[in-house]
Amino acid sequence: MTVTAAPASQERCSGLFPLFTLGAMPSRAVRGRLQVASLLVPLLIWTAVASFGLVDEKFLPSPQTVFRSLASMAESGILFQDIVASTGRVFGGFLLATLLAVPIGICMGVYPAICALCEPLIAMLRYMPAAAFIPLLIIYLGIGEEPKIALIFLGTIYFNILMVMDAVKFVPKELIETTLTLGGRSRQVLVQVVARYSLPSIIDTLRINIATSWNLVVVAELVAAEVGLGKRIQLAQRFFRTDQIFAELIVLGLIGFAIDMGFRLLLRLSCKWAV
Amino acid sequence: MELIVSNLSKRFGEKLILDRLSLSIESGEFISLVGSSGSGKSTILRLIAGLEHPSSGSISVDGTPVSGPGPDRGMVFQKYSLYPWLNAAANVAFGMRLQRMKPTEIRERTAYFLEVVGLSEAANKLPRELSGGMQQRVAIARALATNPSILLLDEPFGALDLQIRESMQDFLHKLWQRTGLTVLLITHDVEEALVLAQRVHVLAPNPGRIVRSLEVDLNKSDLDQLRLSSNFLALRRSLSRTMRELEPSLC
Ligand SMILES: Nc1ncnc2c1ncn2[C@@H]1O[C@H](COP(=O)(O)OP(=O)(O)OP(=O)(O)O)[C@@H](O)[C@H]1O
Ligand SMILES: [Mg+2]
Repeated sequence: MTVTAAPASQERCSGLFPLFTLGAMPSRAVRGRLQVASLLVPLLIWTAVASFGLVDEKFLPSPQTVFRSLASMAESGILFQDIVASTGRVFGGFLLATLLAVPIGICMGVYPAICALCEPLIAMLRYMPAAAFIPLLIIYLGIGEEPKIALIFLGTIYFNILMVMDAVKFVPKELIETTLTLGGRSRQVLVQVVARYSLPSIIDTLRINIATSWNLVVVAELVAAEVGLGKRIQLAQRFFRTDQIFAELIVLGLIGFAIDMGFRLLLRLSCKWAV
Repeated sequence: MELIVSNLSKRFGEKLILDRLSLSIESGEFISLVGSSGSGKSTILRLIAGLEHPSSGSISVDGTPVSGPGPDRGMVFQKYSLYPWLNAAANVAFGMRLQRMKPTEIRERTAYFLEVVGLSEAANKLPRELSGGMQQRVAIARALATNPSILLLDEPFGALDLQIRESMQDFLHKLWQRTGLTVLLITHDVEEALVLAQRVHVLAPNPGRIVRSLEVDLNKSDLDQLRLSSNFLALRRSLSRTMRELEPSLC
């Protein structure tokens, strides 16, 4: 019985099952097709639902309508203006948060005393939702660019610090000590060994956390803004332009995706040894 | 150069790890410390390297007390010791860069020490492309490149296969003969200590202290023959017995 069962079960595996065998790696071509399907299938479903009129056009515009309104916004220059405004805020706030978080995180990871001094405070601040600071930021900074950048800064710095700190704790002790016995001073150890060793994890941390700032910029723009992708969504709602809302959402997704790919590329170029 | 360790004690918290340990090493000597796991071997080396501070007692190199790590005492760990983002040559050059030697001098010395450890061919390889034995040779070359007066080795071959370990022992023996280095080697492998060192100290655990010291007066012109010679085997048996007697009885 068992002898005849073995080939049968092997045969069953030759269909779809190999894709779901733990530890098995489908070929590049197969993976590529699956990745295309991941975007294509939802798009087809959307097209089908819209063209059979299953949902009111007011609520779910067809892909063609969305594309047309995207094109018209691009043509009028509004889209470009919005993209520049929103990404500018994201990069401003996130850059500030990164410039501060990386050195603080490294020092906390390396010096237990600094960690003990800062970690409780940061761990608590981290659980205060950044959006809850908006009223305060408006009182302090008005309704210009500053409160938006400050919101993104507040919403990302604590996570950046804690994740950089964790990355630094993975630097092998031997590597730090070897550097000391080679005559390295503290500064050289921190910059040339600790920071360098954790660079791949730091880049990955930034890649993950910039998604938060992408969320927060829309929140900030919904509250008060002249331009920006979030602002445009709010205006579209007022005129019941769901097609514009969809178009803006897709743009938000695409830019986020591009940023993610950018970080991956950066990782691959700057840390060949780790990928 | 002369390293003198006298009445060195070390506590971690309440626990006494090393108890009034003394030893000295003359220039050009090859000394080995053997002891079972947890006997405090690494702690001794870390104290000499300046990575830990003694609880009492003193360590001096050429009459100057050790107060912290420095390039006069080169250290090689068992593993994780190469910079993974740098190729072999850049790893060897790293210590010299830290000390801001002249670039031409760094280049020359890097090439020289890669040649000494037999890795000129592998200069451009990243650590992950090197075998474990090659990685340790790069680590040794890097420690030598800053011109230390003593080389501290903490079970440098402990993570390697038996065969590679023997060829690394041959390598280290030749290196020592060729360069006249001063070496302090730590190992739990009695054979390794006997093959390489001129003097072997046996460390007893709880607390760590030297219970036996032994001069190794053997002909070391051919290590393969040495490993099989009856004198060597007798010494080895005797040392192994000492080590076994130190272990808490298991039955
Ligand atoms: N930083 C530390 N804090 C507390 N205890 C420590 C510390 N470092 C070492 N010890 C203790 O000191 C003892 C000796 O440690 P050491 O690493 O020197 O032993 P070893 O002989 O090198 O052992 P192995 O062969 O396993 O490397 C061990 O019991 C260890 O737990
Ligand atoms: Mg040890």
